[in-house]
Order: sequence, then structure tokens, then C-alpha cells
Amino acid sequence: MIQKTHNQKAWFLVLPVIVLVAFNAVIPLMTVVNYSVQETFGDNVFFWEGVKWFEQVLHSSRFHDALLRQLAFTGIILVIEIPLGVLIALQMPRKGPWVSVCLVLMALPLLIPWNVVGAMWNIFALPDIGLLGKTLNSLGIAYNFTRDPTAAWFTVVLMDVWHWTSLVVLLAYAGLSSIPDAYYQAAKIDGASRWAVFRYIQLPKMKRVLTIAVLLRFMDSFMIYTEPFVLTGGGPGNATTFLSIDLVKTALGQFDLGPAAAMSLIYFLIILLLSWLFYTVTMRNEGD
Amino acid sequence: MAQITLDGIRHCYAGSPTHEDDWALKNMDMIWEDGGAYALLGSSGCGKTTLLNIISGLLTPTEGRVLFGDKNVTSLAPDARHIAQVFQFPVVYDTMTVYDNLAFPLRNRGLDTAAVDQRVREIADMIDLTSALKHRASGLTADGKQKISLGRGLVRSDVNAILFDEPLTVIDPHLKWQLRSKLKEMHQRVGATMIYVTHDQTEALTFADKVVVMHGGRVVQSGTPVELFDTPAHTFVGHFIGSPGMNVLPAAVEDGQVVTCGAIVGTSAGPAADRVDGQVTVGVRPEHVSFAETGIPVNITGVADTGRFRIVDTRHKDQLIKVLVDDDASLPSDQAHVTFLAERTHVYVDDWRQVWQGGTV
Repeated sequence: MIQKTHNQKAWFLVLPVIVLVAFNAVIPLMTVVNYSVQETFGDNVFFWEGVKWFEQVLHSSRFHDALLRQLAFTGIILVIEIPLGVLIALQMPRKGPWVSVCLVLMALPLLIPWNVVGAMWNIFALPDIGLLGKTLNSLGIAYNFTRDPTAAWFTVVLMDVWHWTSLVVLLAYAGLSSIPDAYYQAAKIDGASRWAVFRYIQLPKMKRVLTIAVLLRFMDSFMIYTEPFVLTGGGPGNATTFLSIDLVKTALGQFDLGPAAAMSLIYFLIILLLSWLFYTVTMRNEGD
Repeated sequence: MAQITLDGIRHCYAGSPTHEDDWALKNMDMIWEDGGAYALLGSSGCGKTTLLNIISGLLTPTEGRVLFGDKNVTSLAPDARHIAQVFQFPVVYDTMTVYDNLAFPLRNRGLDTAAVDQRVREIADMIDLTSALKHRASGLTADGKQKISLGRGLVRSDVNAILFDEPLTVIDPHLKWQLRSKLKEMHQRVGATMIYVTHDQTEALTFADKVVVMHGGRVVQSGTPVELFDTPAHTFVGHFIGSPGMNVLPAAVEDGQVVTCGAIVGTSAGPAADRVDGQVTVGVRPEHVSFAETGIPVNITGVADTGRFRIVDTRHKDQLIKVLVDDDASLPSDQAHVTFLAERTHVYVDDWRQVWQGGTV
């Protein structure tokens, strides 16, 4: 018989982590849950409302519109950033002094604070004085991102591509660097074309990092707030009001804490569900 | 199929070589005969892989020409040379099935489906992978993957030569023998030239008809295993081939005679040999040293039993001389004498074997 030792001291050792997680995740989340089922008029007085806020949010066309905008935005930037990132990573040198130059250049956009990115692009895109805006207008293309929804979308997408493609590049580059030379040599000897090398060697070896890249870009873009808030403020009209901008407007602009809390939870569940779906599907293919 | 000729090949990896040691390969002239089974033997970093990559076309030599038959292929790409190469670590295309892996080189060359199918099945049968054809290649064990690598080389009917770069490194010991005899069998069936790089002398000697020993970027000797064993052209060959390696003893030439450990082991014949430039050593294998009543006086300092024979460490002053004796032979007492078998005792000047016309060594 093996005697099981019960050593309660272990609890003591994990206590700091439990406290940390409780304070920065569990307690705030439970507060949100609390708000989402009650009505309050301040003074810490609450009335039970049940699922009323959830019903209201789920039936609100304003929420539907923001969700659609959000899905469209995330879809567009994924379709652009992932292939573009892979393409750039493929062009980067594998060895030599230029490697570090390229890596630093690629890392730069990631190091800039998000609100600065928004401010930079705001100035860059201004139709009267901005480099981009002024250039486009003098080329005869009518461009004004503060008035024209298409122009606003174009600018927001371009900004995100500029800001985040580097992340995909760095991840893809890491995947590519892990491929031993022998694979390329064998492919040469087998007479493989450039496309075959990509399709059968580089892409399979990059699959895992690309999964991570898609997940990260999906989650981050789905929660995007700072950059469009600084650039367009969600406008013109509601044209670039994505989910988190809408959420902040509801919670802090209108001070509708109940609906805002319900919306937060729905928002959270959508991200969780989509991430889980994506991960399970890609990992299941892996197992074949 | 064709004979492979290396004509004045030199190779340097970085920039412009300023020093002799900058060359990874130093001036190489060699002919690899069509259909031969060669082993390229040497310690790590001696230029074996560089040489192999130059033959296959993965590297273009800094100087010199590579000829296949009469055709200069120095600047041709690997796939145009009809060369197959198997690497140290098995290379398989993970997402493909075993069948698609084997078919890959043929499909890249635009063969039609029926021809591909016939050839793939034939090769799969030869390397015992028929039952695995439908499986994903990534699911195979290391030796299975290495068989695929080999199969991708064999599947092309036009291969001039198959190059192996330490192909058994990652294979389990008990499968090494199996796979090596498979390679031998392949060589007999396919008839292509095979060049097998290894740093394992057992592998080299069992695989090849002819062994090429490399050291410090050049070929120091090439010959049959017996030639390498009996008359090593360089002390490195003496060290590297044989277990334990050759005894290399400091020596001197005095009055036309070669003297080591106080004993005359040969004559250098002729007055010219009195002016020998460079360091003189005498090499003799432990197999060719025996105990005798007279000879070089030694102390026995250690005995190692390997099962079939015993390796006896003896010392003349501080000089170690290893002696190989049969397991059942009796050893002399502490004070003993050893003699060398004259026709297997060689004189080296600056590590290269020296033969003097008319000399006895």
C-alpha cells in the first residue's frame, strides 16, 4: 500500500497566484455579472432584473450593427495581414547582417503605444495637411476620413495592417527559421518548384505559429478600441463604431451599467467561443 | 550513369581566402568510378559534407571542375545532375502520404500518373514500404523516414549517383545493421555509384569497396579496407582505422638508419635520406607488435580485455606502445621486450608515409 501524504502546505504556496487571479480577473468579472442582472440608480441601491438586459442587448439593432462591423473588420484584417505577413517573412534574409536590421524594423510598429499609433495616423491621414490625405487629394482622389465612411474604413484597416502585420511576420519568420537546411536541399534535389517548396515544406512547418498568429490577431482585433477611438472616434456617424467603442459609449457615455455589463458578457462569450472553435478545428486537422 | 571526376576542386566558404587554413577543401583531384561503392571517412569538420555537396551541386566550388562522364556540370543545379542525396536527418514531406513522398520527384519532372504509379510501387516494394504507402509520412519511425529519403532518390530511373551523408546517425543501433545491408542490396540491384559519408569506420569498411579517408580538407588516402589497414599513407589513417589505432612513435634518421626507442627498425638507403627535413615518426599497428626475448625493452602497465583479444599497454621509458595479443596467450612478466613486424612497420615524415628506394621500410 502506498501511503498518500496530505500536505496542506502546498495551498499556501499557490496562494499568491490565487489572490492575484482573484483580484485581476475573478472579482472584476463577477462584478460585471452582478451588474448585468440588476438595475441601479446609484447610492449602491440595486433592483433584480434577471435576464432583461441580455434580452435587450440581443434584440438591439445597435448591437447587431456593431457586431457585424466588428466581424467585417476582423475578417478583412485577417485576410490581409496573415498572407502579407507570410509573404514578407519569406522575403526576409535568413542570415547575415540584414537579419537584425529587418527584425528591428519589423518590431518598431509593435513598440509604439496604441494611442500614439492612432494619433500618428490621424495626422498622417488629415485631408488638408496629412501626408497621406493631402497626397491622395492632390492625385484627384476625394479622400476625407472624417466625413466619408469608406475612407474611414480604409484608414482604420490600413492603420491596423501597418500596426500589426509585423507580429505575423515575426511569428512566421520564427517558424521559417526552424526549418533545417536539409529540407531545402532535399527539395532542390527532388526538383521541387518554388511553389512546391512553400506548399510542402514552409507552410506545414509554419502551421503552428500561424495558428497562434491567427488566434492573437483575431482576439486583439476583436477587442480593438484605442486606435480607432483616437483616429475616428467611431465615426463618421457610427461607421467605425466597433464592439468595444459601442460598449464604452453605453457604459460611460450613457451610464447604462446593466445593459453594458450584459453586453460585456456576451462579447466575452463570443470571443471565447470563436477562439475555441478555431483552435479545436485546426488542432483536429493536425492529428490526422 | 557516369564516372564522376573532380578536377582541382578547392572550396572556401567565407569571402576571399588569405591563408591555407581558410580552405574547407584543399585541392582535390579524384575519380569516382561508375557503379562503385565508396565510403568517405573522416572526423567531424574535415570537409566530407562539403565535398558531398559539391558533387551533388548544392555547393559550387570556389575553384575547379566537376565532370560527370565528359560533361562539365560544375555550374548545373542539383536536379539537372541526376543525383540523389540522403541526409543525416531524415527529410520527409510531413503533410504527404508515403506514396506522395515517393512520387514527388517524379511528379516534379512531369511524369504521367501511370508511370509514376508503377515506379513508386516498384521502389516501395524494394525498400519494404508497400504496406505503409497510404500512411502519413510524419507518422513513421526514424528508420522508416530514412527509407523514404532513400526511396525518393531511387525512384528516379536516371540517377547517376546516390550520396549518403551519415544516414544512420539517428537510427537505433539494432536497425542500423538491417538498413546498412539494405543499402548494400540496393547498390547491387540499382548499380548506381554510391558515396557514403560517415565517421564510423565499421560502417565505412562494411559498406564500401573503396574507402576514402579525409583529414583537414584533403584526401589522405583512398583504397580498399585492407590497403588502409596494412599500409596507412598518413598517420591519421593509422589512428582512425583500426581499434585500437596505430602506434605512432617518435623516431630519427641516423646514418641512413631509422631509429625509434633505441632500436633500428629500417634503413633509409642512400645518403640523401640523411638529410630528412621534418618530423620523423614510425608507425606500427598493435596487431603487428609482439612480445619477444629480445627487442625494445618495455614495462607492462595495463591490460584491457575486449573478449577476443587483449590490448596490452607497454611503456618504453615514457613512450606508450600498445600490443594486441590473443586472449589465451600468456603475458610475459613485468620486464619484457617487444618487436615489430618489419613489413608492417612504416616510416612517416611530417605524418606522410615515406618510401625510400632500396630502403627496407
